[in-house]
Amino acid sequence: MTSVVDRPQGRHATTPPRRRLVVIGNGMAGARAVEEILARGGAGQFTITMFGDEPYGNYNRIMLSHVLSGEESHADIFLNSLSWYRENNITLHAGVRAERIDKFTRHVFSSYGRVTPYDVLIIATGSRSHMPPMDGLHTPGGSVKQGVFGFRTIDDTQRMVAHAQQEHHRRAVVIGGGLLGLEAAYGLRSHGLDVEVVHSGGHLMNSQMGPDGGAVLRRSVEALGIGVHTGSRTTAVLGTDRVTGISLRDQPEISCDMVVVAAGIRPNVDLAVLSGLPVERAIVVDDRLRVQDEEDIYAVGECVQHRGEVYGLVAPLWEQAVVLANHVTGADTSAAYLGSRTATKLKVAGVEVASMGLHGPERDSDEHIVFSEPSRGVFKSIVVRDNKMVGATLLGDSRKVAFLTQAYDRGLPLPEERHNLLFDLGAPDGDVGVAELDDDAQVCNCNGVNKKALVGAVKGGCTTVAGAMDATRAGKGCGSCKLLVQQVVEWAAGGAVEEDPAAGYYVPGIPLDKPALMDEIRKRGLRSVSQVFQALAPGSLEDAKSKMGLASLLKMMLADHYIDERDARFINDRVHANIQRDGTFSVVPQMKGGVTSVQQLRRIADVAEKHKVPLIKLTGGQRIDLLGIPKEDLPQVWADLDMPSGYAYGKSFRTVKTCVGKDFCRYGTGDSTKLGIEIESRFQGIESPAKLKLAVSGCPRNCAESLVKDVGVVAVEGGRWEIYVGGAAGAHIRKGDLLATVDDPEQVKVLTGRFMQYYREQANWLERTYAYVPRVGIEHLRAVVVEDSEGIAARLDTAMQASVDNYVDPWSERNDPLTPGQFRTSLPLTVLPQVPVQ
Amino acid sequence: MNSAEAHGSPAFHLLGPVDQIPLGEGRAFAVDGEQVAVFRLRDGALRALAAVCPHRGGPIADGTIDRQVVICPLHQHAFDLATGCSTTGQEPLRSYNVTLDGDRNVVLQTGV
Ligand code: SRM
Ligand SMILES: Cc1cc2nc3c(=O)[nH]c(=O)nc-3n(C[C@H](O)[C@H](O)[C@H](O)COP(=O)(O)OP(=O)(O)OC[C@H]3O[C@@H](n4cnc5c(N)ncnc54)[C@H](O)[C@@H]3O)c2cc1C
Ligand code: SF4
Ligand code: FES
Repeated sequence: MTSVVDRPQGRHATTPPRRRLVVIGNGMAGARAVEEILARGGAGQFTITMFGDEPYGNYNRIMLSHVLSGEESHADIFLNSLSWYRENNITLHAGVRAERIDKFTRHVFSSYGRVTPYDVLIIATGSRSHMPPMDGLHTPGGSVKQGVFGFRTIDDTQRMVAHAQQEHHRRAVVIGGGLLGLEAAYGLRSHGLDVEVVHSGGHLMNSQMGPDGGAVLRRSVEALGIGVHTGSRTTAVLGTDRVTGISLRDQPEISCDMVVVAAGIRPNVDLAVLSGLPVERAIVVDDRLRVQDEEDIYAVGECVQHRGEVYGLVAPLWEQAVVLANHVTGADTSAAYLGSRTATKLKVAGVEVASMGLHGPERDSDEHIVFSEPSRGVFKSIVVRDNKMVGATLLGDSRKVAFLTQAYDRGLPLPEERHNLLFDLGAPDGDVGVAELDDDAQVCNCNGVNKKALVGAVKGGCTTVAGAMDATRAGKGCGSCKLLVQQVVEWAAGGAVEEDPAAGYYVPGIPLDKPALMDEIRKRGLRSVSQVFQALAPGSLEDAKSKMGLASLLKMMLADHYIDERDARFINDRVHANIQRDGTFSVVPQMKGGVTSVQQLRRIADVAEKHKVPLIKLTGGQRIDLLGIPKEDLPQVWADLDMPSGYAYGKSFRTVKTCVGKDFCRYGTGDSTKLGIEIESRFQGIESPAKLKLAVSGCPRNCAESLVKDVGVVAVEGGRWEIYVGGAAGAHIRKGDLLATVDDPEQVKVLTGRFMQYYREQANWLERTYAYVPRVGIEHLRAVVVEDSEGIAARLDTAMQASVDNYVDPWSERNDPLTPGQFRTSLPLTVLPQVPVQ
Repeated sequence: MNSAEAHGSPAFHLLGPVDQIPLGEGRAFAVDGEQVAVFRLRDGALRALAAVCPHRGGPIADGTIDRQVVICPLHQHAFDLATGCSTTGQEPLRSYNVTLDGDRNVVLQTGV
């Protein structure tokens, strides 16, 4: 066997030789330990080599839950990119697995025959998903059956997403109803799958809470459209070459297209066992994080057992990394790790769960304070011992989490009135609490951000909460520390904190959310953007950033009662064309459903020739774009075209992309072009909170890409039509959710219009349907739009009809500019008459 | 360049009737070799800034305004209408004095 022997580079005769530090495991603990070592001058003491089984830099594993649900992209969760390793002179062997350690000769043997000597070794191999024994998990060949997934790595997550997005995959089963299982279920649900959670425990999250809390949690989870089976043990995975279902003990089988196993984790200790290191449940370490009886080998993270405890969360590993680094570098040889108190939070939007310590009284003298309001999904319980909090469970109301976590972590004395702990009383107010916090008190556990780092960011100029969060990544994990982050930022800024133009406002300049804003507009009979500022803005001050959003909202609400002030519009909407980098504009005439004619093509060709159009381009929206038109030429170009606007510039209904459909295609089952043209004719120009792009496909081959459109229609066998909503394939990729399957193209138009109207009324400004649909949930939309659960269908239809009736082709303004100089050039100015000196 | 300006003494330019600028919008003018965007605020007040965005040459006159700032249409950098200073970290735009004469004509001052 050939082998490569690593020799550290860069030794210099005049400097003392640096020791060789080798780290096995490039996950959250390994990389953090190295960061802490570098922060203590480690770069001068060591040449550093890291082995990582995964072929990437270090990423925030916690965020995989958000990647699965589509709230984050995998590219955004990296903590240390490959360049970080380069910049810090760390040799990273990414995608290389360490296989054995020779602790006597001090070498690490890894895949590809590599042999690496060390002086100091750190093992940070983490854990892997535990696959409990059940039949049919593996293929006869020994690999995990296709469609079965663990949930641990980026690769797992990406494979799950790809599998979930395959069109014929509709049902998923998640085995395990703990934190990870629920986050997996929620993530898959976001891809429109029907999800069932099968949990062997008596209630969900039974390691974090008691049965009463579990019952409340179950209701909240079911409200997300996730099925829950507790007390159910999975006995087998069904299907020969791919998953078709699971069987349960004493219960009917569940059929499904994928299975995610989230039934616990097991520390990665094979390497340690093989190398003769002490392993019980995990690698045994002392209070210095040194492997028991080993001089030069340390271990950190989920692969260690310290004082009998094995942790499965990140907070302990941040603390461990600090102690380890102090010893490895000699910065503080008295540092000791004494164990961690852990708190957990569930990262499922809309279901707030936080839990720490005991979930029920254990001794007779323990006090137990419980508040339960199942109908609102609220449950709070606290266990008190010797006037200190030793456990808490909070569901559905996280306002007190920050204080309770501190009280728990630091063993603070509690208020006499115990109920004050649960409600908004008695807790020290933000300032006092924050001032008392130690500098290195962890504020964000998910991303390991302490008070000092946040204060540093504020002093460095990030004086908004959002700015400090961006700079430190605090609050960007489960989000539950946001309140505390805010308090720290406010305290650090000494009251000079800039208000975040509150996230909930519809537009930044009016302090109201959308329902309240619409309410005020109606109540006060406001009809123009300037009236809205006058009546509702603080100090009646106009705000340039808010104008466009308000204009769109008013037009939607008022149709022909709207007083259209042109200055409220963005330049694109003032001149009905899209502005380009050089100040010229693009012209995209309407070409309904992507269908054109000889006459249209000839006219476009003539116009392009006459106006010497620099670029003629077919767009991704199936029409023709004439680019580089000077503003002052727009009216003439439109006149020469004599075609309506294609609205390729506005926050509005754009196009309906279609495929050839049944008249020509040998597979077509529905007349997709006809329906597409009808939809485009009906809804042309409708303004909305963000762009609306539609498609109609003639069969499930989906040549018009209907599954990734704001509204996508697919003809299916039997003359039926499926309507998908919330799809996207731009900056975000999301498969649309099935809203309804209907028999009749007329019904498609009705439901499309009703959905769009509801979206227009409900969505935030610039919130595309790919964000809106998962936010409110497809069940809710189905109930309102299809089943008329709120009794508003008729009103929505009428409102949409009013907008449809109010349509005027904006390019008709060519003959009669609405404002003086509407089409006058803004740059360059050579065409303007020179003005004489007075 | 005009000689008055070279010496730094003010020159006044008549840009024509104010009605050519709609309320709340801007229009661009070529004045003595300079490109100037003149804005008419909703309360009728006038402001004038250099017409070319220092960021990437965007047409400032096509921007969206309120009483304080104009936002460039290309990448949304903002500039104080009175001083030309950027509120988003760009180089400033030159600002000009601009007034109305008795016949509601716009008068722009250069060369100070
Ligand atoms: C012309 C066109 C590209 C082309 O040559 O094919 C185009 C051009 C622009 N797109 Fe697009 N998009 C074009 C199809 C698409 C598509 C594909 C489609 O419509 O089928 C997508 C993905 C679907 C989607 O909308 O998500 C697309 C996703 C985007 C996005 C990302 C939106 C998102 O939230 O994911 C933006 C940015 C934005 O909206 O903020 C964008 C923004 C833009 C803008 C308007 C940027 C801007 O503000 O100036 C581009 C105008 C360039 C110019 O100088 O005129 N364009 N753009 C396509 C016009 C289609 C049409 O006929 O209407
Ligand atoms: C989806 C998900 C959500 C989570 N959410 C939370 C949360 O909200 N809060 C929380 O506190 N914790 C959460 N966790 C747990 C948290 O991610 C872990 O506690 C943390 O990642 C542990 O860090 P670690 O470095 O010990 O292990 P890991 O991050 O797993 O890193 C170990 C690394 O070592 C590599 N490795 C293993 N063996 C070898 C070898 N022989 N050679 C080379 N490399 C090897 C592995 O490939 C891996 O990259 C979550 C975990 C997951 C999967
Ligand atoms: S992808 Fe769209 S926004 Fe980006 S350069 Fe191309 S046309 Fe412009
Ligand atoms: S050109 Fe003005 S903001 Fe970029």
